[in-house]
Amino acid sequence: MAAIEASKSSTPLLKDELDIVIPTIRNLDFLEMWRPFFQPYHLIIVQDGDPSKKINVPEGFDYELYNRNDINKILGPKASCISFKDSACRCFGYMVSKKKYIFTIDDDCFVAKDPTGKEINALEQHIKNLLSPSTPFFFNTLYDPYRDGADFVRGYPFSLREGVPTAVSHGLWLNIPDYDAPTQLVKPRERNTRYVDAVMTIPKGTLFPMCGMNLGFNRELIGPAMYFGLMGDGQPIGRYDDMWAGWCTKVICDHMGLGIKTGLPYIWHSKASNPFVNLKKEYKGIYWQEELIPFFQSVTLPKDCTTVQKCYLELAKQVKAKLGKVDEYFNKLADAMVTWIEAWDELNPSTVLANGSTK
Amino acid sequence: MSETSINHDEVDIVIGALQLDLTSFMEEWRPVFSQFHLIIVQDPDLKGKLEIPAGFNFDLYTKSDIDGVLGSSSNAISFSGYSCRYFGYLMSQKKYIIAIDDDCIPAKDSTGNFVDAVAQHMTNLSTPATPFFFNTLYDPFCEGADFVRGYPFSLRSGVDCGLSCGLWLNLADLDAPTQALKPELRNNRYVDTVLTVPARTMMPVSGINIGFNRELVGPALLPAFRLAKEGNLRWETVEDIWTGMCVKVVCDHLRLGVKSGLPYVWRKERGNAIESLKKEWEGVKLMEDVVPFFQSLRLSTSAATAEDCVSEIAAAVKVQLAPANPIFARAAENMVELVKLWKRARTQ
Repeated sequence: MAAIEASKSSTPLLKDELDIVIPTIRNLDFLEMWRPFFQPYHLIIVQDGDPSKKINVPEGFDYELYNRNDINKILGPKASCISFKDSACRCFGYMVSKKKYIFTIDDDCFVAKDPTGKEINALEQHIKNLLSPSTPFFFNTLYDPYRDGADFVRGYPFSLREGVPTAVSHGLWLNIPDYDAPTQLVKPRERNTRYVDAVMTIPKGTLFPMCGMNLGFNRELIGPAMYFGLMGDGQPIGRYDDMWAGWCTKVICDHMGLGIKTGLPYIWHSKASNPFVNLKKEYKGIYWQEELIPFFQSVTLPKDCTTVQKCYLELAKQVKAKLGKVDEYFNKLADAMVTWIEAWDELNPSTVLANGSTK
Repeated sequence: MSETSINHDEVDIVIGALQLDLTSFMEEWRPVFSQFHLIIVQDPDLKGKLEIPAGFNFDLYTKSDIDGVLGSSSNAISFSGYSCRYFGYLMSQKKYIIAIDDDCIPAKDSTGNFVDAVAQHMTNLSTPATPFFFNTLYDPFCEGADFVRGYPFSLRSGVDCGLSCGLWLNLADLDAPTQALKPELRNNRYVDTVLTVPARTMMPVSGINIGFNRELVGPALLPAFRLAKEGNLRWETVEDIWTGMCVKVVCDHLRLGVKSGLPYVWRKERGNAIESLKKEWEGVKLMEDVVPFFQSLRLSTSAATAEDCVSEIAAAVKVQLAPANPIFARAAENMVELVKLWKRARTQ
């Protein structure tokens, strides 16, 4: 027991195993505040919008930057699956990364402070979350049992205490909470000031809204499922990119016996986007969601879907079959999902990923 | 969204007395308990007279009361040890029950304020639960929070909350092996949240600090399953774990919510985990087998009340678990008996 305690004392940096993916259309000034925590890592910047605009990356960061021209050049006709004029384009960064882990953050997210006033190294917490198991099959009332100072409670089945690999770490936001447009309109001044000192696994069979603002994941385990859909320019919907990726990812994780954690770390979200603009983007999503949720809640994947890609292609098939009638958009989206997988496999050729057992 | 406020006269606070001198326990809780009607049940195995300080409005039940009610009922039903508080649930006529173990005192939150655990349970029970979709900002009905982007609008009114499971600072409700391996481990982390445990997700429901809607789920919280040598330390019991799985199945079926998180109580040191390890472990091993049973259990659409649900669960236990071990046959029989007792108690 003592040996285990000693090895828990420092979290590995993983600096050669993790890429930080940042979509941006404005600037990257926010990186200055993150410098102490991000500087060791390689950044993948995905520049949305006008490719002729020069995005300044602060000195001292190791990065690669892709604008729309780069995306079109690299993917050719398959570039059609990558959104334009929407932060959904960030998933291009996941595809071109060669690392095991991804951390993605929005350019209006800053370093938060915990209740003691200490600055929170969000990346370190995501790494802790991803390197320790998840417990999706039985809820632990003391939350993440692998955290320092916690454990499994009485009554937690011993046979389930090993946990499963963690595929996703979903962080939260202080200050401007991630509300939809109607809620923003009703509560424009509400700020999230509650620091909930917990990480927990989202149980198997339960869906959740996955926000892409502060997100870590194991690219080797779940990367191909992290497609952020068709949003923005030329599309009837926006602000559902991360939601879509989250529902697909959760269904696949549940099928493959992988875990998703939510809770710490917090970042400080500084910008409230315009609720009227948001409403216009979300409007269709608010209605479509009512069809999408029952779809995802009842999706079953056949046993022979033993890799994430196979699961994802099966999902695309079912999206077309069952959601095509909701709107033509879903036919396009299903096609784009297939294109995404084709592009992923092309850019990641040796990765017929051994994704662990299928539960 | 429906929010009801709970009157104090709709609540019974049930205390299972496993020690004779309740003075310090009651004094610590006086600011809270003095506002409510209390049901105190003395562990029938505890000999002697309870010491209860003045100034409380309570009804006391002892072994003779329990024997009187059990009467000719099966000898297998026992309200001894930690199960004594279930007798209080049976006797209560109130809509809501809040129960706290007698080795727990009020906690302080992270700003040093006294935590009124009863008030928090009442808040949990009177605000909707959201079991069908996980809200990443946890309880959307509390001050300063709401549903996040992507949460379906049709699910935002929530459902009634049937059960409120609180937590423990200092001595957490860990099992004996865990506490024995980590004798210094104390829970110092105040997690400032309440959340709904999703539908179809099983959890260990600890009886140490709990509130529930007696009218909605009462019959599911009765002591049907006991270890052969159940002790009077929490490390040596699984009765609440069994009833907890039953009540979660019932809530899932009846579309009621189960919340977990705040309030915290401060649990005092008691007992020796390593000593407890020496006690019989058969029950704990058995509990491993019942988990898949409860996880896959589905009740019929005609089960519309908690009584119906418990009867169906008992029948399923008899068919699916009893063949492997007679302890389950007894549990199934107890459940049937207890539902009868429940119905009888309600008509009195």
